[in-house]
Amino acid sequence: MQVGEGKTKLIDGSGVRRDGRKWDELRPISIQVGLVKNADGSAYIEWGKNKIMAAVYGPKEVHPKHQVLPDRALLRCRYHMAPFSVDERKNPAPSRREIEISKVIREALVPAVIVEDYPRTAIEVWVEVLQSDGGSRVAGITAASLALADAGINMRDLVVGCSCGIINDTVVADLDDTEDKEGSGDMPVAIMPTLGLVSLLQVDGIYTREQFQKAFELAIAKGKQVNAMQKAALNARYFGGEAKTLEVEEGSE
Amino acid sequence: MSMKKNYVIETIRKAQMVQLLASGKRADGRALDQHRELKIETGIIPKANGSARVNLGNSQVIAGVKIATGTPFPDTPDKGILMVNAEILPLSSPYAEPGPPSEEAIELARVVDRGIRESKMVDLGKLNLVSGKSVIAIFVDCNVMNVDGNLFDATSYAVVSALRTAKMKKYVIKDDKAEATDEWIPVPVEKTPVSVTVARIGDALVVDPSAEEEAAMEMRITITTEDGGNVCASQKGEASTISPAQVLQAADLSIKIGKEIRAQIKEATK
Repeated sequence: MQVGEGKTKLIDGSGVRRDGRKWDELRPISIQVGLVKNADGSAYIEWGKNKIMAAVYGPKEVHPKHQVLPDRALLRCRYHMAPFSVDERKNPAPSRREIEISKVIREALVPAVIVEDYPRTAIEVWVEVLQSDGGSRVAGITAASLALADAGINMRDLVVGCSCGIINDTVVADLDDTEDKEGSGDMPVAIMPTLGLVSLLQVDGIYTREQFQKAFELAIAKGKQVNAMQKAALNARYFGGEAKTLEVEEGSE
Repeated sequence: MSMKKNYVIETIRKAQMVQLLASGKRADGRALDQHRELKIETGIIPKANGSARVNLGNSQVIAGVKIATGTPFPDTPDKGILMVNAEILPLSSPYAEPGPPSEEAIELARVVDRGIRESKMVDLGKLNLVSGKSVIAIFVDCNVMNVDGNLFDATSYAVVSALRTAKMKKYVIKDDKAEATDEWIPVPVEKTPVSVTVARIGDALVVDPSAEEEAAMEMRITITTEDGGNVCASQKGEASTISPAQVLQAADLSIKIGKEIRAQIKEATK
């Protein structure tokens, strides 16, 4: 990612960002569980301009057979961007970026799934980015862990992500597309919020030791905030509760 | 390159290693924060613009730099191009196979590329020839020759060493066209990024995991620092977790060990 080095003023003197957010504020988020009828589990998330559907199939038989794991389930994961999800049409074939992101998403989800409960099976997680904005991998993970829960798969915890970073030398939460491209650093983090463990961490951009810690700890705190919305979305799906959106939550504070 | 091929052996080995680490020892006798012997040779491929062979223990990587002119990317019309690629050769391990790059090889190349790019090691602005039309393009290709763990760091050190010693043609601009002269100049290197990979086995963090340790590790984290001791890239890998406190511990290890290794790379590429 090329760094624009402050081409655009991303945050003004009083600490307000282009879209009116303060440094530690999230974009609007809404989550729904169970929209893909054929899937064993699914979740749809809108996070800023991100629109992402995640669906889970399985546990099912493993094909090809040689990939079978004798003591646990094989978790397959594909993160894919629709050709129309970005400004310039994206070639639908998986890019190197998408292959890497599929790998890190899988590695972020596996620790939360009790894979030992399903030996010799496959669990498939498909993450489709219909429209992309900054932070699509963490939004994808947030939806994917809900889809796993919706599929009734045994889990230790949900997984929730948030990305923090640096714009105009200020640590901020939840970068949007422009802030990601023109800012000077992006740090996607995924956590298992109840267990307090980190299951995804990627960093780019230059951070002093203090900025590194501040951004990292901010991402964890914001992840916990999104986790409340995850739980509300499950509650809405199964117990008729009210799904929380971020605007509602912040308005009530 | 993963060596997780036999579940029984994997489980027994891991149990042994966790026990050993609990008493503060590693299978090869190193301290937990000690990397293996690092050997750097440069200029090994005279036909390349720059090259390096790095041995980190028994892991060996050769990096070669090729420099050409090219068309800039539309979103950065006045910046040169830098691309880092890596291949885990089939000759490097009984578990490596020919064919399209594996997920592992793609991650390796992208993590190494990220460390170099984000540190702003090469000043891409100085590689501009004719804005929007012509820039200098630097390709660094890495061949993993022998796999013995921690390919991330071995590959990164090879790329940095090759770039620090690479030479490119000097260009002059005539009538909006770039023409090569006979003069050779160094690549505009500004920083020396150093990646340090730490593996978690049980509760212990070990620096520079060997293949044996990688087979037993639950998680690894690669953190790259630049000359000022600032963090410029990181990647957590493997299907497990790390506590927030251990992330900060890994960052401190990377800053400390990065300083030693940076001095060694600079010495070897003077």
